[in-house]
Amino acid sequence: MRDVAVISFAASAVERDDLQNEVEMLTPVIHEAVGNSGIERTEIGFTCSGSLDYMQGGPFAFVLGLDAVGAWPPIRESHVEADAAWALYEAWVAIQIGEVDSALVYGFGKSSSSDIYEVMSMQYDPYYMLPLWPSMIDVAALQARDYMESSGRTERDFAEVASRSLGNAKSTPYAISARDASVEELLGAPMVNDPLRAHDIFKPCDGAAAVVLAAGDLARSVCARPAWIRGIDHRIEPHALGVRDLSISVSTKDAAQRAGAGKDKIDVAELHAQFSSEELILRDAIGVNGNTRVNPSGGALAANPIMAAGLIRIGEVAKRITAGEADRGLAHATSGPCMQQNLVCVLEGE
Amino acid sequence: MAEPLVADHVLEYPGGYTRSVGPVIGRFLTSLRDGRIEGVRLADGRVLVPPTEYDPLTSNPVGDDWVAVGPRGVVQSWTWVERPRPGKHGLDRPFAFALIRPDGADTAMVHVVDAGSADVMSVGMRVMPRWRAARVGSITDIEAWVPLADGEEPQPAPANTAEVEGDTVNGIVVPIRLEYRRSAGVATTRYLLGLKEHKILGERAPSSQEVYAASRGTDPKTGEPTSIVVEVQDRGTITTFCVVNIPGLSPLAPEVPYVSAQILLDGANNTFFGLIRGVPVDDVRMGMRVQAVWADELVADHTSIKWWEPLDEPDASYDSYKGYL
Repeated sequence: MRDVAVISFAASAVERDDLQNEVEMLTPVIHEAVGNSGIERTEIGFTCSGSLDYMQGGPFAFVLGLDAVGAWPPIRESHVEADAAWALYEAWVAIQIGEVDSALVYGFGKSSSSDIYEVMSMQYDPYYMLPLWPSMIDVAALQARDYMESSGRTERDFAEVASRSLGNAKSTPYAISARDASVEELLGAPMVNDPLRAHDIFKPCDGAAAVVLAAGDLARSVCARPAWIRGIDHRIEPHALGVRDLSISVSTKDAAQRAGAGKDKIDVAELHAQFSSEELILRDAIGVNGNTRVNPSGGALAANPIMAAGLIRIGEVAKRITAGEADRGLAHATSGPCMQQNLVCVLEGE
Repeated sequence: MAEPLVADHVLEYPGGYTRSVGPVIGRFLTSLRDGRIEGVRLADGRVLVPPTEYDPLTSNPVGDDWVAVGPRGVVQSWTWVERPRPGKHGLDRPFAFALIRPDGADTAMVHVVDAGSADVMSVGMRVMPRWRAARVGSITDIEAWVPLADGEEPQPAPANTAEVEGDTVNGIVVPIRLEYRRSAGVATTRYLLGLKEHKILGERAPSSQEVYAASRGTDPKTGEPTSIVVEVQDRGTITTFCVVNIPGLSPLAPEVPYVSAQILLDGANNTFFGLIRGVPVDDVRMGMRVQAVWADELVADHTSIKWWEPLDEPDASYDSYKGYL
């Protein structure tokens, strides 16, 4: 295996960006990530993005994202209709194959153009689920209650996740939800989708993220402390919610094991929990203990630009390793209803 | 900077999303149409409801061992929907989404519980289907599940009042409508407002002399923002074109045959889409010089330019536009 590292990361999010189109929103993020990478734009070997056409309401909408990259002379490029964490996986594979030494990975999406909770219903099967139109929140709430039943956890545990995440978010520049809120205060709020309250549910936002990857000596030559990807894996479960045990995340557990998560301590973990209940399910699956700082950025409850938020988890862990605040970290990204598909990436400093 | 332009956009399948269902899903939907619920027994003995063509754990075909399940069921999990979505949800009053396992099944289905109040809902509660009178072979043939009291007998489905086509259900039609409000963006707003002023605006980045008519905000070759506005001409050269003989579905589509072309505007470094009129379709050619025909009333969208007509000028040389093909 080749040594591959995250050497640069940038992200942005706002509650709604009525001013800019997707390209204009994405451009400064890509320029920041590439500009800070120490690698010339034209020297980057591979470009891979993650986005969702249903967010823009048009086919092949992602192609326009290339206007922010600069595709001349012609570049080697690919795209996934998924969170850009999966684009990072593809880029990591491309570097492993050995044909390129560096890659630009980005993801973007504007949730404000539509009712994103409803648009995400398009990922259900068209026979049994879609005709009923359960929203993204509805199915997360089904999972949350299932988890409460089997684990004995309560709404208070969810509120504790939210309280910590919102507090941590205060130091995250692109956070759209950040505040001090006690558990008691949060529990005083009304239910939105019983058993979930507003603080348990991510707020829609518009945003983008970009990461630059580089292999071995190239990474060392441009970055004082690269965040090396020591393991990365993703696993998927059946799509029908009724055939899964929603209270556990077997795919996360498997991915974490294959990524080598348990081989050593984990200083920091960024978990792509879009609902507070999901963080607890993910902690159980990964086996996070009290020595790990979970979601110091505030996680997806602080900012969840869909199609970028999973990549942001990897970028946030890498940022802390590069800054010397952590030696070993774990990043998680999720996709699909009730966390059907999960990716785990283990990063280390040298 | 003017307020950015926004436009409403609807993504919809006219007449509904239509799809064939195959023998397994088709049999299940046929049973719903008949007012029954059926599952299929898997190789390991579990009963899968609703069924798929394959075992979700092993991907083996499910076989043909069909089992009647329900109509009683048990709620495994639920959430309360305080505000139903008009046009999406079947009920117009608050209801629960639930994972419901019909008696005799080993898996659950997502469906609706019409319980009146969240206080009625609990994990483990017993429910039964409330069937629609008019059933077409859809998951929504069960309008909702309703609480089942101890000792209560589920009501059988009423006789089907819908016109039934064929012995089995072969397809579904799902209404799908998604609504969007799209921002044009900073650069495109500038361009569209220019049309209202009888101008075609281009933009370029400081690092390049290349001007892009109707810029989306960046120089696509470099990704640099196009911050410098440059007016380009409303005349140019046809670089390539096609004669359209297939009538368009849109009410805006011109009568066939017509010509659509790419036009290299004078002063721009990209081509621009337009319809060519005022000339027999057989006379349209690469290199032909054309001029925009503007609408009488100018607005901030593409209808401000009706079409393009030939100029009384010699054709442009191939060398002048060969880089834009």
